[in-house]
Amino acid sequence: MSVLDLSIKQLQEKLNNQDVTVTELVQAVYDRIRETDDEIQAFVTLNEEKALNEAKALDEADSDDQLLPLFGMPIGIKDNIVTKGIRTTCSSQILSNLDDPLYDATVVQKLSDAKAINIGKLNMDEFAMGSSTENSSMQATRNPWNTDYVPGGSSGGSAAAVAAGQVPFALGSDTGGSVRQPASYCGVVGMKPTYGRVSRFGLVAFASSLDQIGPLTRTVEDNARILEVIAGQDKMDSTSANVEVPNYSDALTGDVNGLKIAVPKEYFSDGVDENVKARVREALNVLEQQGATWEEVSLPHSEYAVATYYMIASSEASANLARFDGVRYGQRAENAEDMMDMFKKSRSEGFGEEVKRRIMLGTFALSSGYYDAYYKKAQQVRTLIKQDFDQIFENYDVVIGPTAPTTAFKVGDQIDDPLTMYANDIMTIPVNLAGVPGISVPCGFHPENDMPVGLQIIGKHFDEATVYKVAHAYEQATDHHKQQPQLGGAKS
Amino acid sequence: MSKISKDQVKHVADLARLAISEEEAEKYSEQLSAIIDFSEQLNELDTTNVEPTTHVLDMKNVMRADEPKDWISKEDALKNAPDQKDGQFRVPSILD
Repeated sequence: MSVLDLSIKQLQEKLNNQDVTVTELVQAVYDRIRETDDEIQAFVTLNEEKALNEAKALDEADSDDQLLPLFGMPIGIKDNIVTKGIRTTCSSQILSNLDDPLYDATVVQKLSDAKAINIGKLNMDEFAMGSSTENSSMQATRNPWNTDYVPGGSSGGSAAAVAAGQVPFALGSDTGGSVRQPASYCGVVGMKPTYGRVSRFGLVAFASSLDQIGPLTRTVEDNARILEVIAGQDKMDSTSANVEVPNYSDALTGDVNGLKIAVPKEYFSDGVDENVKARVREALNVLEQQGATWEEVSLPHSEYAVATYYMIASSEASANLARFDGVRYGQRAENAEDMMDMFKKSRSEGFGEEVKRRIMLGTFALSSGYYDAYYKKAQQVRTLIKQDFDQIFENYDVVIGPTAPTTAFKVGDQIDDPLTMYANDIMTIPVNLAGVPGISVPCGFHPENDMPVGLQIIGKHFDEATVYKVAHAYEQATDHHKQQPQLGGAKS
Repeated sequence: MSKISKDQVKHVADLARLAISEEEAEKYSEQLSAIIDFSEQLNELDTTNVEPTTHVLDMKNVMRADEPKDWISKEDALKNAPDQKDGQFRVPSILD
């Protein structure tokens, strides 16, 4: 067994007992990346020199530092989270030369304060727009379970790196499912916290009313430990909430006796793969055997979520991405005639196709004469979708269903058809629109392609503790999280 | 029949500060029309008197004292700029 297979708790025991040093651990991470990343293509930038220096400093540090929650823990960061002095590209050409960002995102600062070590930056769909990581302008990340398949997206690099055992933990961001769907496709644990739970300061904004940063890990326990560190109100993000952050690891009691689960019938519609449904029903049986009860419910506005999301997210994106203009940072086109020409050329050359399509859609939806019909209408439907969840949560503790309608699809299968691509997000998008927390945990494999299936557990606003409790109880009763893909030679 | 004409696409591209070719205008006309068609399903819902949601949490304005503090220096702010002169960002001419 490699040190890279251990949990945070196990790793910290080994560090405490001096069975392994932080330097050895970080070295093992880079060895594993070198061994596997030609195939997986998860990392866009490695932070090796600085990481090894930090590791050395931790090995020489006084023993008090060892009590810090993530002492010496190697972590990968999605490339839309700003890292001071480490290239941050959002996997876009327009930022491909942003080698020296000026500040750390709040989450990066918090990880650093907890003495975690930033291993490098992870590939993504450009500006987090996509469900396969094929929209990256850097490289196409592959699914470690079968490299003919996509890892999902947009946090595909984060999910693939954790699944491939390159790093034990990674951060992603989730606007419409971008942590949970790749977690599902890659067989790892991915959490989207409540909107406002984690500071967005330094997360390059896609859709500001939906974006949240969340951890991707192999186990629920590790996930809870990382969220404990990164959550909390931040004066640099006025939308971060003044709500106390509990010790999520204390919630992992294994006790779900009497828990009430709502199972929306809309999440078992014809568009959902029968084998995905079967895995989720098996999971519900496991929780039932542990003393939980479940009932079928309806979230009647679910079918409108995708259209609502694309109007709202694209509108917000068109405003947020206006800042990339070739003036202060990023790429500027050559040979511009005047300033307007420079803006247009820089943006047209710098943005990829999907990003431009969404900027166009959002600009249209916000333009004079269309605002009420499209943008405001979508915001009103968002209210109805949120009310669906509010009503269900009056009587139930969690909502459970599949994370995605299918397992991972093959590279190149869906990229040409935007609407097919968008339909992947049908069960993750409502969670962002309502602002509630949701997690994806592995719940088995599809019998035809042997690819992982994800179980989604959704909770009340700021009740990540219950979501983690249920996810953990389920995980401990099964061995899905112990499965690992075989690639790049056996780990020793 | 496209709902969003090529002329409309060109107008939107201008607002979005994107340069697009004739071919791209044609393609966006088709793709955006398809997405707009898809979103017409929202009109099945009666949203009279439904408040729009701009923010999911019931949050009020967050206030703080307006006090100066150390942040990025002028020198740092300029170091990633494509072009700069005399401590300022330099851009192509705005007026002829």
